[in-house]
Amino acid sequence: MVYSYYPGCTLKAKAKKLDRYARDCAQIFEIELEEIEDWQCCGGVYPGMADELATRLSPVRALREAGDKKQDLVTVCSACHHVLKRVNEDVKTSGEIRRKINAYLEPENGYEGETKVIHYLELLRDRIGFDRIREKVKQPLNGKKIAPYYGCLLLRPYEVMNFDDPENPSIMEEFLLAIGAKPVHYALKNECCGGYVTMEDEEFASKKSSSIMEAAMDRGAEGMITACPLCKYNLENGGLKDGIPVYYFTELFAEALGVKEQEEET
Amino acid sequence: MREEILWISGVNPLKCMKCGKCTASCPAFEKMEYHPHQFVEMVQNNHITPLLESESQYYCMSCLVCEERCPRGVKPQKLIEAVQVLKLRASEGNRLKPQDVANRLDPSLPQQALMAAFRKYSR
Repeated sequence: MVYSYYPGCTLKAKAKKLDRYARDCAQIFEIELEEIEDWQCCGGVYPGMADELATRLSPVRALREAGDKKQDLVTVCSACHHVLKRVNEDVKTSGEIRRKINAYLEPENGYEGETKVIHYLELLRDRIGFDRIREKVKQPLNGKKIAPYYGCLLLRPYEVMNFDDPENPSIMEEFLLAIGAKPVHYALKNECCGGYVTMEDEEFASKKSSSIMEAAMDRGAEGMITACPLCKYNLENGGLKDGIPVYYFTELFAEALGVKEQEEET
Repeated sequence: MREEILWISGVNPLKCMKCGKCTASCPAFEKMEYHPHQFVEMVQNNHITPLLESESQYYCMSCLVCEERCPRGVKPQKLIEAVQVLKLRASEGNRLKPQDVANRLDPSLPQQALMAAFRKYSR
C-alpha cells in the first residue's frame, strides 16, 4: 500500500530519527511512504485568521499533490499534522478560502479538500492494527515504564482533528502496550509543553514542560514518548535534575521491531 | 477595529455565557494581564485598546484548551490571535527579530520552534 508522505522541515534536520524510523517501520508492514515532491514548510503554526491566504498555500500544495495521486497523506510531526489537517478542513468548508486559493494556484486543477490526512499513529491503529504490530515485535520493551505525551496539536480541536478523546486519549497507550512497554498513567499528558513561547520566555516554557515531566516521573515513568519535535525540545529543556529521556515514538517502535540502527545521529 | 477582529477571527462573542472555563483551563493564566474570558468580553464591549497595549497575547501558546472546553463553541484563542495579528500588522517593528534568536541557536533547537515563533511574533 502506498501513501503520500509529508515529513516537514524539522524531520529533515533536527528530528531525523522521527522520520527515518517512521519509514523503516512502515516497510515491515509493506507500507510505502512516498514523499511529496518539492514539499514546502507547513508554516509550523495553523494560520487561523480568515484573511490569511498566502500562509495556507504551502499546505494546500502538498494536499493537492496527494489528492492528484488519489493517496491518503501521512504525517508524523504533530505540528505539520495539525496545520495540514486544519487547512484541508478550511478548503473543504469555506467557500471563500477555497475560491481564493484555487484562483491563486491553478484554477484548471482545482482542489476542494478531498485528501484524507492521517497521522502515523492513526495509520498504526486504523490501517495496520495494533494486533498485527504485536505479532511483528521482535524485541519487546519488557515492561519499560513509558509516559505517553500527547501535547495539544494532535488532539485539539477535536471537531477537526478527530484523532482521539481530547481529554483522555488512549492511542499512545495502545501503541506502548503493542510494543511491550508499560504505559504510565499521569495527569498532564494533554497539557501544553510551552510550545513556541520558549522563544518569547524560555523560563516560562521550561516551567510548563518540567511540571509535565515531573508528573510523569512521580508515577514512575522511566521515559516519555512524543510525536512532536518542539515538545521534545521543551521537555528536555525543562531543566529538571535527573530528568528522564524523551523519545520519539518511532524510535521505540524501531527498537521493538528490531530495525533500530546502532549508530545514532540526531 | 472590533469589526475587523470579529471578521478575521470568525468569533461571535455574544455566544459566551461567562462560565470562565476557558480561563480556568488556560496554562498561561499566571502570565496574562487579561485572560481568555476577558478577551471575549472586552472585544464584545469594544474595549480593545487595553488588549492591544497589554502583552497578554504573547503568552498564548495556541494550545486550544480554551476552545476545546468551551461549552458554547466561542473559540477565545481565535480572538487572542486576532488581536495579536492586528497589532503586528499595524506596528512598524516585529516582536521577534532574527538577531534576538542568535543566542538560542543551539544544536537541539528544532526548526519548528523558529518557524512557529516567527509566524506568531513577526509579520
